[in-house]
Amino acid sequence: MKRAFPILAILTAGLLTYGLYGALIQAPTEQTMGDVQRIFYYHVPSAWTAFCLFFVNLVASIIYLVRRNPKADALALASAEVGVVFCTVVLVTGPIWARPVWGIWWTWDLRLTLTLVLWLIYVSYLMLRRFSSSGQTPMMAAVLAVLGALDVPLVYFSIWFFRTQHPQPVIGGGGSIDPRMLHVLLMNWLAFMCLATLVCWSRYRLEILRRQVEETQALESLLAAGSSR
Amino acid sequence: MTYLFAAYVATWVIHIAYLGHLARSYARLKKEIEEVNRKR
Repeated sequence: MKRAFPILAILTAGLLTYGLYGALIQAPTEQTMGDVQRIFYYHVPSAWTAFCLFFVNLVASIIYLVRRNPKADALALASAEVGVVFCTVVLVTGPIWARPVWGIWWTWDLRLTLTLVLWLIYVSYLMLRRFSSSGQTPMMAAVLAVLGALDVPLVYFSIWFFRTQHPQPVIGGGGSIDPRMLHVLLMNWLAFMCLATLVCWSRYRLEILRRQVEETQALESLLAAGSSR
Repeated sequence: MTYLFAAYVATWVIHIAYLGHLARSYARLKKEIEEVNRKR
């Protein structure tokens, strides 16, 4: 595993560079929106990556609820945190695209509102983990994660089943996309997935290490208290 | 072009800020480990 990390890091750097080149130079300019449409190559892959991370969080939370496995709990925390980072990118890049195209930064459209709610759910999940000192915290967080994950399909399918201002899906939604644009989009998604894996892995290792240090410190304190009696 | 530049810069600022936060957390933990080892 230790050898795989630098290989994945190099691969990620290469893919991100290629993705950036593709988004800014290789992809053709969209006829109606012009260059601002290129935001799509970061906005959409970030959203898909966030959804994947929230799915990992859901699976890890279910495993924790069933088996009480602390490693699954650490993975749930890591994936939620990195998922929130990618979801933040979505919520920041979306309005930057909307301002020149729609003429407004934000509208309380179903897709946008549900995405904001999704972000708030996972931020509250992280707050719960950060500030609750109860022994039941991992279990409460896992339950919140399972309930929070219900918002992911609502966000994804909101533009399929409801009339929204958000653009319709370009893949599988009846719309069409230039193959060069699709290639750049998928390359950027692959690059972001590699980045997410790297960062999630680092965050997971950090969490495992932090728990080991806390356990050692607690044990040391107990031993010190025992020897002073 | 300004909006495009802003979106790409914002994306990387968010990612780099989070990576910086992770690096600081690692450094803090490393210090704690050294402290635990010194106490032993």
